[in-house]
Amino acid sequence: MYKKFVITLVSLLLLSFNAIAASDGELMLSENEKPKKIKDCFEKLNRATFSFNQGLDKAIIKPIAKGYRKLPDPIQKGTSNAVKNLSTLITIPNNVLQGDIKTAAINTGRLIINTTIGVLGFVDVANKMGFPKYVKEDYGQTLGAWGVGPGCYVVLPVLGPSTIRDTAGSFVNVLGGDPWYNASTHGNNEYLSEGLYLTSKALSGIEFRANNIDSIDNLQKNSLDFYASVKSLYLQDRENKIENQTRGSIEVIYKNEEDWEEIDSQ
Amino acid sequence: MKRFLLILLLFSLNTTSVYSLEADVFVQSTVNRAAETLSGNFTKEQRVEKLKEIAKETVDIKGIGYYSLGTHRKSLSKDQLINYLNVFEEYFLKSFSSRLAEYSNPEIEVNSKKKLNDNYTIVSSTLVATDSRPEVKIEWRVYTKNPENLLIRDLIIEGLSLARTQKEEFSSIINSNDGNIDALLKNLSDFSSK
Repeated sequence: MYKKFVITLVSLLLLSFNAIAASDGELMLSENEKPKKIKDCFEKLNRATFSFNQGLDKAIIKPIAKGYRKLPDPIQKGTSNAVKNLSTLITIPNNVLQGDIKTAAINTGRLIINTTIGVLGFVDVANKMGFPKYVKEDYGQTLGAWGVGPGCYVVLPVLGPSTIRDTAGSFVNVLGGDPWYNASTHGNNEYLSEGLYLTSKALSGIEFRANNIDSIDNLQKNSLDFYASVKSLYLQDRENKIENQTRGSIEVIYKNEEDWEEIDSQ
Repeated sequence: MKRFLLILLLFSLNTTSVYSLEADVFVQSTVNRAAETLSGNFTKEQRVEKLKEIAKETVDIKGIGYYSLGTHRKSLSKDQLINYLNVFEEYFLKSFSSRLAEYSNPEIEVNSKKKLNDNYTIVSSTLVATDSRPEVKIEWRVYTKNPENLLIRDLIIEGLSLARTQKEEFSSIINSNDGNIDALLKNLSDFSSK
């Protein structure tokens, strides 16, 4: 109970801070106006946390991710499918909250098929049956779709890049928004526990890291300011996801048109 | 009948934009040249030199340099700009060839193109999946102002623009040095001489 109270308090604080941060005009998000630039209000602290995360990555996460990549392919694929299947439990309520009932229904079908026939999600049967491509949704994206501005950019210890809005969105998961969290920590079930929940989250992180070892190495090697590159890529990706734009769609490209128009090199 | 078909063909060519028609062919031929270099029997140094040559001919390095400076571009003197463009070109070529050299045999399929306006056509392509990585979508922003000399201005990989990332990176360096462009120049030259 106490834990829940603290989490609620922190979320409220974060959101109210977001409102204060937004009051300088630059971050305001009205219906017709897009935020031009997301401020890095805590840059010094963020850079320090970023360095800490890099240290942690080098010492622990990357070596584990490298080990994970050496596992047989079916095991990697199965793990990836299973964590993806668990994430549909968060995606479905967010499809509903964003008014996308059709996708919510499709994802519910996907969850049922993959959890049963797909043996707890280890086999993506739905994909083989021709279900549409799965797109993850979370509470941060829903808040964004509802018009809540991103607020300042933050780097969280261990978890990495985020914004005030997306961090507040993540708290919703542990406040009852994630059925998997509820079942594993509060459900009276001898097979589920908080440890299992944390393991699934850690696995999802390791899986992401393992899939991106080469691209992250390449980015780091070729960046003048790795912190700034990661920030830019994270924020671009979130922007696309919130607007539910297919990767590489023409709308994404149109957004930067003005900046390009005035460049005349010939 | 043959003549009719020929007229029809010429007519249809005339109604679509000649520039955008060529943009996808341009991207495909550039990709093929790069792929030949990457899979050919060359030493690493030869490979890097060949990639740099391809980039010089097909990429609008000057345009990307201007774009990456963002609003700071307006506060530079003419001499500073010339100096910046020189340093930038060296940095760009090194960074570009180093990024590309990681791919041993990239297979890219050009899928479609869309004309944004007279100056730009976006060419969509797919980097075909291999055992070690999934399929990657790549969009190419082709500068078509001079139809005789098409140039690449940006790569948008899975929705993430390389030019925009670079612009934000440069801006971060300039801003954390109180708006001093020299800090950026030093960073660029240090990278090139690494």
